[in-house]
Amino acid sequence: MITCAEAVQQLWDYLDGVVEETDRQAIEEHLSFCRRCCGELDFAEELRRFLAQPDEQNMPADVKARLLATLTELEGPA
Amino acid sequence: MVCADEATAGVASEGRGFQALAERELPRLYRLARRLVGDEAEDAVQDALLKGYRAYASLDDEVAAPAWLTAILVNCCRDRGRAKGRRVEETELEGADEFSLYRKIAAEDPFPYSDSLHLDFLHQFGREDVRAVLAELPELYRLPLVLCYCEGYQVKEIAYLLQVPLGTMLARLHRGRKLFERTLWDYAERHGLLKENAKR
Repeated sequence: MITCAEAVQQLWDYLDGVVEETDRQAIEEHLSFCRRCCGELDFAEELRRFLAQPDEQNMPADVKARLLATLTELEGPA
Repeated sequence: MVCADEATAGVASEGRGFQALAERELPRLYRLARRLVGDEAEDAVQDALLKGYRAYASLDDEVAAPAWLTAILVNCCRDRGRAKGRRVEETELEGADEFSLYRKIAAEDPFPYSDSLHLDFLHQFGREDVRAVLAELPELYRLPLVLCYCEGYQVKEIAYLLQVPLGTMLARLHRGRKLFERTLWDYAERHGLLKENAKR
């Protein structure tokens, strides 16, 4: 049986799917009765979604133009 | 034997191949560079285009081209960090390993009238705030965090991309997450986001 501290320590790795099978079972067993760690798990999932929000800022037109010009220069005259 | 005209045609064709690849990938590369090096994104992408162009002829697998160009960009971003002496060695980050943002928010209860305290905390942050928080992290931890959680790379892929053993990468991700949590809290305190009326 693992403690809350041990479970919390591994929650992100658990969500990332990179914990060993025995650790996964131990975490799930702990989560089955620990409401606080379930809260930690939910919050970890929210934080992951929060980080994964797409960056909606488009590439500024002048930056795009300069980078495309670099590509054209690299290719040289046709 | 390859005649001069055929060789020239080959180089031109490779150049066009690279140009098409780079044009396709440009928005994604720029977005990634923004997250990795902020305002230096344009310069980092430019460095990557130059290096990629020079090395394109040695690329065997066209399907792997986007990942290949991404790896070049990540290295260019790291080079920029190194040049500025930004890189920190792996070190104990005082108290970060034990920090839990979930518990901190519950204990401090910044929005006493909230029914969804933890979500409300996250909703205080706009995209610029998130970028600023990530920018505050040492590069050693920011890179894996961005690649894993913002860009969706697998941990194994990141370890390969950054040329570090898987165990080291897992440890850096763990520390990076903790540091990110603590920096979110510190940032919210410093920027007055822990007030009921600060909600966006």
